[in-house]
Amino acid sequence: MSVVASSVNIEEKLFQNRYRVDSGRPHIRIKQPDVCANECVNQACTYICPASCYTAEGNGKVTLITDGCLECGSCRVVCTEFQNVDWEYPRGGHGILFKFG
Amino acid sequence: MNVNKNFDAIVVGAGPSGNACAYTLAKAGLKVLQIERGEYPGSKNVQGAILYADALERIIPDFRDDAPLERHIIEQRMWVLDDTSFIGTHFRSEEANKPPYNRYTILRAQFDKWFSSKVREAGALVICETTVEELLLDGDRVIGVRCDRIGGEVYADVVVLADGVNSTLARKAGFHGEIKARDVALAVKEILFLPEDVIQQRFNVKGEEGVVIELVGKVTEGMVGTGFLYTNKESLTIGIGCMLDGFKSNPKRTSPYVLLENLKRHPSIAALIEGGEMKEYCAHLIPEGGYNAIPKLFGSGWMIVGDSGGFVNAAHREGSNLAMTTGRLAAETIIEARVAGLEMNEKTLKAYKDKLDASFVMKDLHKYRDMPEVLHANPQFFTTYPGLINRAAQTMLTVDGVDKKTKEREIFKSFRGSRGVAGLLGDAFKLWRAFR
Repeated sequence: MSVVASSVNIEEKLFQNRYRVDSGRPHIRIKQPDVCANECVNQACTYICPASCYTAEGNGKVTLITDGCLECGSCRVVCTEFQNVDWEYPRGGHGILFKFG
Repeated sequence: MNVNKNFDAIVVGAGPSGNACAYTLAKAGLKVLQIERGEYPGSKNVQGAILYADALERIIPDFRDDAPLERHIIEQRMWVLDDTSFIGTHFRSEEANKPPYNRYTILRAQFDKWFSSKVREAGALVICETTVEELLLDGDRVIGVRCDRIGGEVYADVVVLADGVNSTLARKAGFHGEIKARDVALAVKEILFLPEDVIQQRFNVKGEEGVVIELVGKVTEGMVGTGFLYTNKESLTIGIGCMLDGFKSNPKRTSPYVLLENLKRHPSIAALIEGGEMKEYCAHLIPEGGYNAIPKLFGSGWMIVGDSGGFVNAAHREGSNLAMTTGRLAAETIIEARVAGLEMNEKTLKAYKDKLDASFVMKDLHKYRDMPEVLHANPQFFTTYPGLINRAAQTMLTVDGVDKKTKEREIFKSFRGSRGVAGLLGDAFKLWRAFR
């Protein structure tokens, strides 16, 4: 590709979206953080999540902040080997609220 | 019969399949509860989005009177992108410009809200901001649902699962397993606002005429996937989607939003979207496993419709029409069973599967059943060929003193060099077989 988007600011994209965050009640959890850190080599969730909710930390851990979640389900589906993602929909009325869809 | 029952039927979800189902049931006089987790119907729903009129017409014949429609499609472009070029076909017809129109672009948040208003008018009780947590079972029979509200247990003779691609309820109940990464595409898109007259000029249309561009090529980095650019009244929708297992095994570990950004910067696209003001960014899974990935669709007291059942014809970019049709057929099955005084058990609800088999839904999915496998096994359709075809065009159209016969030989050599004669013939055969 001659013109490659080397850096894309995902925060800028998510900033345009409307959310009702269910503070203190994340709807997705990493079941066993140790599995991500010690057993998962690929950590595919950290680049596949379209809202960049998963971050590969320098110490090998994966952290998850669900505030910008678009509720697509990809993180759960790609975690085939370890099934380490506990994935529920947010409580009714919470989460992403698409204006246009 | 269900002793505790509050409703004849519960429909979970207010997308195209759930709305089609709830509307049809309520219209026939059934006591229907529809439960939607979004703030309003549509607030959780994402689609390209193209509305195919036929499927909706069979449910609401006069929908054109007040449905929020963006543009009717008079021109379809199919582009094959190389790094800095594209080669493609455009099909434009005045036939498509005569009402009643066949296809429209829509904005799902607005469209679903409208559809839901029709469901309410038909007499269904629609409750929003309520997530169904699980199905209530009596043995292997579904007797109701539990919602995330206090005292949120509701009972009905039959529960229709229109809960979308993640299909959490059927999965939790053990009706089917987890979705496979090879059976879903992850798509991301943005809506870009532009003045109406700018859109009309750039896409060579007037009034509410619209254009859709579907594209394949190097923008997907060899992953099985497609991009799209649709014209709305005062906005453009641009998106790209690839199979989820492709994202996972892509050695470049590219994020979906980076693919989207690369597509937006492609010189053939950039000029069309220039100046567009981005107002929303969405992501969604699309069930593209086709016929062979369809789960069990009914059982005692339950049925699955729409994306939850994997009803997408990826080869033709059709989904919402399959969703509406499956929702309608599920409703008709329930209505007929009631008229006949039958219990909503597995034996009765098998009629739903029979209706699906007799409709375009299963016929089309069956026709393209080998397509996902063929595309997975042959990534050259998304990598090698876009490059070869674009370079061939470049070679033939560059006037540089080289004679045309030599140019033809050069092009043939480039094709043979990349795929070999047997490879070329094999690819042609595979595509023919997948499409026949």
